[in-house]
Amino acid sequence: MRKALMGNNAAAAAVKLARVEVVSAYPITPQTQVVEALADMKASGEFPGRFVRVESEHSAMACLVGAAQAGARTFTATSSQGLAYMHEMLHWASGARLPIVMADVNRALGAPWILWTDQTDSLSQRDTGWLQFYCSTNQEILDSLLIAYRAAEALLLPVMVNYDGFTLSHTYEPVDVPAQEAVDRFLPPLNYQYALDLANPRAFSALPKPKEYMRLRRRMAADMDRATVTVAAIEDEFARAFGRRYAAVEPYRTDDAETLLVVSGAPASTALEAVDRLRAEGLRAGSLRIRQFRPFPAAVLRAYAGRERRFVVVDRNFSMGHHGIFCEELKSALYGVKGRPKVFGTVAGLGGGDITVELLEEIWRDADAGRLDEREPLWMEDAR
Amino acid sequence: MKVRLSIPEPEGLSAGHLACQGCGATLAMRYALKGLGPDTVLVIPACCWTILAGPAPLLSTGVNVVHSPFPCAAAVAAGVRHGLLARGKASTCVVAWAGDGGTFDIGLQALSGAAERGEDILYVCYDNEAYMNTGIQRSGGTPAGAWTMTTPEGSALPKKDLDAIVEAHHPAYLATATPAYAEDMVRKFKKARGLTGFRFIRVLAPCPPGWKYEPEETVRLSRLAVQTGLFPLYEREGGAFRLNVPVAKRRPVTEFLSRQGRFRRLGADGETALQARVDAAWAALPGRT
Repeated sequence: MRKALMGNNAAAAAVKLARVEVVSAYPITPQTQVVEALADMKASGEFPGRFVRVESEHSAMACLVGAAQAGARTFTATSSQGLAYMHEMLHWASGARLPIVMADVNRALGAPWILWTDQTDSLSQRDTGWLQFYCSTNQEILDSLLIAYRAAEALLLPVMVNYDGFTLSHTYEPVDVPAQEAVDRFLPPLNYQYALDLANPRAFSALPKPKEYMRLRRRMAADMDRATVTVAAIEDEFARAFGRRYAAVEPYRTDDAETLLVVSGAPASTALEAVDRLRAEGLRAGSLRIRQFRPFPAAVLRAYAGRERRFVVVDRNFSMGHHGIFCEELKSALYGVKGRPKVFGTVAGLGGGDITVELLEEIWRDADAGRLDEREPLWMEDAR
Repeated sequence: MKVRLSIPEPEGLSAGHLACQGCGATLAMRYALKGLGPDTVLVIPACCWTILAGPAPLLSTGVNVVHSPFPCAAAVAAGVRHGLLARGKASTCVVAWAGDGGTFDIGLQALSGAAERGEDILYVCYDNEAYMNTGIQRSGGTPAGAWTMTTPEGSALPKKDLDAIVEAHHPAYLATATPAYAEDMVRKFKKARGLTGFRFIRVLAPCPPGWKYEPEETVRLSRLAVQTGLFPLYEREGGAFRLNVPVAKRRPVTEFLSRQGRFRRLGADGETALQARVDAAWAALPGRT
């Protein structure tokens, strides 16, 4: 059924459709509506799962670690400081191989206090062993959460679905909410093979020796490596079931493009318009939207680097002392590619500043004309 | 020969363990498991029991153990309970089993949250009065005057009144226990197991290396803590407070203190002050009814 939904409502709708059994959450702007919507659905009986109103984000994830270990399908949502506060538990969830799914509504980190979007909160969790997806539309939020459960439960790795605070979380868009029966066919009940078995007592996450720890990590790395293929197969199945197709990297007018805007999240939609405008002037513009950040789709991206192309990355995030984080990752992925494609980094819209069509056009023109320096990022303020 | 045992015979804890000789926390687990029975899940945050339960792939408890990060035993335990209920398994007793550091200090927020929400778990703090697993550092459970590696002159601060904090959350059950009173302890765990809602038991667990005494003194110190009035054995169920071991004639606290090296710097004045505090607290005990 087609509905006008805010991003946060789309997330809550997905949680209900996924028949989540335990939700544990703590409120933080701009995530709050997800929790409120679930609370409303719980109160009305529409959501039959358990809803635990914990006293902190740390406990939100801790509670899910316990519930997932008991074999339940779990969900939480957070943002910014809340995600940072969870950090220890993110490592624990992945190390314990628990198929937890979380929505992070991207919001910049303090100090100073800041409410609006950027991606440094979730990208700071890069090394926690979670799969990460970045959504560009409210439809994609709902769909990605359903895909996330399939991926998490196939790989036994947790999945974080990210979307821009306010830009998506609080903006209405048309969203097709699939029928419960269709979702049930796509997403069967969880049967977690390492769930607590009361008849067969075990210790979970007990202290191993270094060699065993190394092997466990190596297995985890191997499962993360195969995630790109696993997720692509799930996305194919999703496309067949629901008619909407997603991929780790989504190209737009790239075939004969000389310079590609590399974007993620909501600004990726804006980039489509910027590319169209540049194309209307006869310029050979295109864009790549990176939807899957972990595992990083390096092989997919290398396929776009064959013809001495220029890439210009627009990062709404920053790693102090180095570059924008998508830029770093892209450079690393393209290392050793023949012809050494040029990768320029720009930083824009930190703390929620607008990333407009005009700003993206300006960035593209600077990169296309070779006015940017590959060695250091250019911080773009939008004068408009 | 027919015998009616005062303590159930079945052992949850396996023979042989990794603890120090004379470990009070190991005795505590042994008696706790006798009261809890096999349909139990333990959630253990960072503490001595992280090791004592067995490094992988060993397990000494005979029941499932879910290890947890330091600050969140209560939250993980609540999650296990919700997860089991979601999977239709209602009979299992989920127990958070944490030391004093993981309870008085870093775990207090999660403990308060779980207690306030009335989570259907039993929270056990085995209180050995310092961070023993990391090598004897002061915690909020360390008593005044006690030497630790981070209070080389003796701790200047009194022990936090954790029971009062938990009591303020109106738990379904709150009790103290210590291994020297084994029947009392087993009975309390059995009782807590049969109740629903948030239940809390604090177990005083003497620690030979941390308290600086010879291992054979553990049970004596456990008993002296009660008989001096330093550690009253009581329980509160709903509104009813009951002092389980009234101790008609309390022994002077010096009998408890002098048997441990950690109070060596306390001095006569410190002992007198502590005796006065214990006398006052003991006098106030009926007021807890």
